[in-house]
Amino acid sequence: MRFAISANRLLDGIVVFFGSSHHWVDQLSAASLYASKNEAEAALAVARLDQTRNVVVEPYVFEVRAEGAPIAHHIREAIRAAGPTVRKDHGKQADLLADKR
Amino acid sequence: MYRYDEFDAGFVSDRVAAFRDQVARRLSGEMTEDQFKPHRLMNGLYLQLHAYMLRVAVPYGTLSARQMRKLAIIARRYDKGYGHFTTRQNIQYNWPALADTPAILEELASVEMHAIQTSGNCIRNVTADHFAGAAADELDDPRPYAEILRQWSSLHPEFSFLPRKFKIAVNGATRDRAAIQTHDIGYQIVRNSAGEIGFAVYVGGGQGRTPMIAKKIRDFLKIEDLLAYTQAIVRIYNLEGRRDNKYKARIKILVHEKGLDWMRQAVEAEFEAASRDYIALPDSEIARIKAYFAPPELQARASSQKFAARRESDPRFAGFVSTNVAAHKIDGYGIVTISLKPIGGIPGDATAEQMEAVADLAELYSQAEIRVSHEQNLVLPHVALDDLPVIYDELLASGLATANAGLVSDIIACPGMDYCSLATARSIPVAQRISERFGDGPRARDIGALKIKISGCINACGHHHVGHIGILGLERKGVETYQITLGGTGDETCSMGTLTGPGFSSEEVVDAIERIVDAYMALRNEPGEDFLTAFRRLGMQPFKEALYDTSKGADI
Repeated sequence: MRFAISANRLLDGIVVFFGSSHHWVDQLSAASLYASKNEAEAALAVARLDQTRNVVVEPYVFEVRAEGAPIAHHIREAIRAAGPTVRKDHGKQADLLADKR
Repeated sequence: MYRYDEFDAGFVSDRVAAFRDQVARRLSGEMTEDQFKPHRLMNGLYLQLHAYMLRVAVPYGTLSARQMRKLAIIARRYDKGYGHFTTRQNIQYNWPALADTPAILEELASVEMHAIQTSGNCIRNVTADHFAGAAADELDDPRPYAEILRQWSSLHPEFSFLPRKFKIAVNGATRDRAAIQTHDIGYQIVRNSAGEIGFAVYVGGGQGRTPMIAKKIRDFLKIEDLLAYTQAIVRIYNLEGRRDNKYKARIKILVHEKGLDWMRQAVEAEFEAASRDYIALPDSEIARIKAYFAPPELQARASSQKFAARRESDPRFAGFVSTNVAAHKIDGYGIVTISLKPIGGIPGDATAEQMEAVADLAELYSQAEIRVSHEQNLVLPHVALDDLPVIYDELLASGLATANAGLVSDIIACPGMDYCSLATARSIPVAQRISERFGDGPRARDIGALKIKISGCINACGHHHVGHIGILGLERKGVETYQITLGGTGDETCSMGTLTGPGFSSEEVVDAIERIVDAYMALRNEPGEDFLTAFRRLGMQPFKEALYDTSKGADI
């Protein structure tokens, strides 16, 4: 099991993930993955600085399986990382589709 | 329809200005999230699973065509082209940007709407029968009283920080379509032995994790005492309600723990002791508010040839009429339910184009009036039967002619884990699959009146406790699991559903529902005995057998 960090962007509330060089990215596939909970918690302390800088709201750590592309372990996080399962035309999944086109 | 007076307009526009300032200060970093959160919630803005969510109140479920057009414009301009009508006569937008919300609230204010008190521990949107002012079985229109309560409770300084949220519903017909017995206070309009109109008062109902049926605290309350009595109840609750535990803070727990007799004594004492000088409703004020809700001047019409001919020749139209058109108080008119439950669709969702189509129809054929029901449908309340064929054709063209109001596929469902950060399981996909299984054709018609209600967590926004069949989505070891309850209803015979037993996986749950329905079909006395009546006669046992012993269930 790996770990990643997510939050909502303050400006539009959209789900974002903590990526390399302390940038927030839109897709889980681009998120930084941490090998242990401790490592993730340490990164979270850095991510929280962006809360005080008013970039994101409520960053937190969640579990990820990363055999290939990272997949959120819990269904709630998987839905968050993709978009509503009943509206494939919205959320991250729609952005990915648009990119493929 | 109620129109804002200068006071209302000023008050709402002041709130928009205040929120604009708060958002600017949040975005500039002057306010932290902790400081900002109470302000955004007071303006109906939540942070949900994917984005912000704005909940807009539709007071007592009444909308004008003009207001509906504005809702469509907001959906298109600031959101993703659709809105979600909720189980409390509100509309929610799922994707607004924080920076846009002041502009949205300003747009809403321009058509006398707002999102105030759609969140927080205050008196929420006052709901009412969605057939109010039109239903044949109505004693008195509940909306003027709901409007009086709305005005009184808006930003009421004493009641803005209650132990928990507080919901009031008013019903004026013999059938309770407003589910008043599942509210913190339910007002049922009644006539006393002297022939006067007043209210029977119910208190302490609610769903959520501790479902309770409201108890009747007073048989008859004079109309002039509506606010004084509401104040007495809310005041006792505010003083005595628990604040130590969020899950025990609703008035239902107070009434349950202290008992109805204690509650009645406390409320009556407060009611007697408090000065009525400022709060008794003078006849002139009641008349002033009632004038806004004066019934449209409809002349009774003779039977409609056009309507009868179409009904004769078009079985689909006839089917629509039998389920989606209810009796109006004026002969020759009907109340049309526009189902937002297309087969396989998302309960309560409407596109901007559909909202505009409904607004057009309301303007042309229904006195420019629309209602939003807590069952997540829209209603055209005043339709001449003569106009029904053309309305039906227009609804067909807009994908809004699903003929399933009150049937098995007219499912209400909360947004569930597809949108909501509180949810423990998805609700919408279950509703979609059940809807596909039963459809709106002959099978659904044969099954008859059946209310399925689905919640994605124990907070019960999908009203599963009062579903004839209720489904509650939970998480067990990281997997979605669905519990089933039977025998609930939110009408005047209010009862809470009983759990069938162990839950079902997402894959199993639709088959489980089908086994329940098949058992009912096999056991009902005659086609006229609806599901709820049959369940009340039969009890849980045969349904348990059908559910948990499939070899036996198949033979029933």
